[in-house]
Amino acid sequence: MEAVLEVKDLIQDFGGLRALNEVDLTINKKEIVALIGPNGAGKTTFFNCITGIYTPTSGTMFLRTPDGAAHALNGMKTHQITALGMARTFQNIRLFPEMTVLENVMIGRHCHTKAGILQALLRDRATVAEEQDTVDRSYALLETVHLAEYWDETAKNLPYGAQRRLEIARAMATEPCLLLLDEPAAGMNPQETLELKRLILSLRETHDLAVLLIEHDMSMVMSLSDRIYVMQYGSPIASGTPEEISKNPEVIKAYLGESGNA
Amino acid sequence: MQRIFKALVAALWFMVLCAPIMGLLLLPDGTASFRWQRLAVLGTGIFFASLLWQWYFEKKERGERLFGGKAQAEEPVHRESLLRNKSFQRISLACVCAFMIAMPFIPGINSIYQITIWISALIYVMLALGLNIIVGLAGQLVLGYAAFYAIGAYTYGLLYQFFGLGFWVCLPIAGIVTVLCGLALGFPVLRLRGDYLAIVTLGFGEIVRLVLINWDSVTNGARGVSGIPRPALFGCPMNMQWSTTYLYYMSFLAVVVTIVVITRLKNSRVGLALQAMREDEIASEAMGINLTQVKLTAFALSSAWAGFAGVLFAAKTSFINPSSFTFWESAMMLSMVVLGGMGSILGVTLGALILVLAPEYLRAFADYRMLLFGATMVVMMIFRPQGLVTGERRHYRISALERKGD
Ligand SMILES: Nc1ncnc2c1ncn2[C@@H]1O[C@H](COP(=O)(O)OP(=O)(O)O)[C@@H](O)[C@H]1O
Ligand SMILES: [Mg+2]
Repeated sequence: MEAVLEVKDLIQDFGGLRALNEVDLTINKKEIVALIGPNGAGKTTFFNCITGIYTPTSGTMFLRTPDGAAHALNGMKTHQITALGMARTFQNIRLFPEMTVLENVMIGRHCHTKAGILQALLRDRATVAEEQDTVDRSYALLETVHLAEYWDETAKNLPYGAQRRLEIARAMATEPCLLLLDEPAAGMNPQETLELKRLILSLRETHDLAVLLIEHDMSMVMSLSDRIYVMQYGSPIASGTPEEISKNPEVIKAYLGESGNA
Repeated sequence: MQRIFKALVAALWFMVLCAPIMGLLLLPDGTASFRWQRLAVLGTGIFFASLLWQWYFEKKERGERLFGGKAQAEEPVHRESLLRNKSFQRISLACVCAFMIAMPFIPGINSIYQITIWISALIYVMLALGLNIIVGLAGQLVLGYAAFYAIGAYTYGLLYQFFGLGFWVCLPIAGIVTVLCGLALGFPVLRLRGDYLAIVTLGFGEIVRLVLINWDSVTNGARGVSGIPRPALFGCPMNMQWSTTYLYYMSFLAVVVTIVVITRLKNSRVGLALQAMREDEIASEAMGINLTQVKLTAFALSSAWAGFAGVLFAAKTSFINPSSFTFWESAMMLSMVVLGGMGSILGVTLGALILVLAPEYLRAFADYRMLLFGATMVVMMIFRPQGLVTGERRHYRISALERKGD
């Protein structure tokens, strides 16, 4: 199996606090991997490190693009990492609230379109065609997340669950090979969670996508993921298939010993 | 009862605050007389204003309209649809254009004085639209915009003075110079946001003004540059009326070009990136937008427009000095953007026209100009903080829907 993402010995310090402590994590092609752990374990921090929002204290991170080349992510800017093929959603939704639903997705096409200032002013045929292509592809993505009918709505007016799906559509517009989802089911009802699960599975098939998922909904994690990593206080304490994890005594201890909010 | 008490407190508070200004009258012989009457009038006024105020806000909290019944949710949608109605747009656009073109020939308002006022209104429209790129679209609070305006004007003034260069040569040069200055300011402030950016740009504006005042050997200091020529029309000599009219048409053309350029920019890929940056910097970066590049683009474009407007201004007044480019100018331009509605091209244009033309045509209230200006801004911020025009939206054609429609 080819690894899409390979992270070794990742350490992130915030002053005296070690938020990530020698984290190793590998994601293979088309794999759905879950990252679980109590609140404050460092899961979101891990996302922020590999997407270039934080600069890790030490460690190496590699992303393999579909053409087979491995790229070191250390020192790369967030937008460059996105252009390589890693897209994410945010734990506390970060849409562009005043823009329309369609425009939100169109922004995701930014790194796959080219028109600059001059083209914007001249509006030559190629630019108009590129723009129409952006619009149509974005609309098609809205259809896959069942938001097509809201395309002209202002993003902030969408209900919560729909906003989460819009974030996924926006991330998919960047044509990622690895999708990072930070608590995508948070605040969703069981029906919506079920649909979300179907959506993630179908995206994997249609887009050859690998997914790294932070989630607290255990039934979703267990039924969806191929492998699970468990973190506590910034350290990885276990990894394996859902069955292995559910039997792992250390994990059970961590979860029962904690507040059990997972 | 509680309301009356609140209103009383407000009235007393105002009376105390205003007592030194409104109540005290210093007499030439060194004594002071106290004008109780004035204070009493003020107190009564504030008392009733406060009651009115409370009444309005209680109503607003209950979700009712100012006059008559519950506010209806459909109302804004309806208003928006009027603005989005294609034929309505065309007709009003044609009317405005016809008026603007005919303006120098309409008897009664075609004096040189009036035309000059309109030229300066048009120049401010350009400035406000240029500032709108960086403030309204890109969401970067820039408070020293007059600096770029000054740089543009002085580029023309000094190039004429030292090298005898004409208007048409100086226009692109001023564009280039202001773009470079915009980038020079943009680089160091890339990481700044909000209040910090506002303070740094405010400082930049003051620095430019002070340099213009103190670099006497080049800029003539506070005396400024005079004798700047108006643009020539194929070398024909023109009398004052005609050259003013010519400048008016050029300003009008410049505004039309500005509106076309900025509309296209706003609706383009770059424009979307600018707006995304305004909405959420982290999310836009995570969507593959190069913030550095986009922010510098916004700075460069925005300052270029101030540069062009500066050249027009220098040509209009034929005399420039640093006192035309104070912080007050920057504040006015920002007010135009905020009053009109950040990011809205129609709104900002209206905002600029209102703020320039209203004081000119309301000369009767000239004494209360600042008071009215302040009151307008305060009232706007309370009742319509999003500005005059909002919800200006682009219409997208979706192929999939159109196919279905056929
Ligand atoms: N930018 C930051 N500065 C300082 N501490 C941070 C920062 N981001 C996260 N942390 C800390 O790192 C720890 C892990 O947080 P986080 O990654 O958000 O946990 P979670 O697993 O719930 O997503 C927390 O103790 C948090 O306070
Ligand atoms: Mg988190």
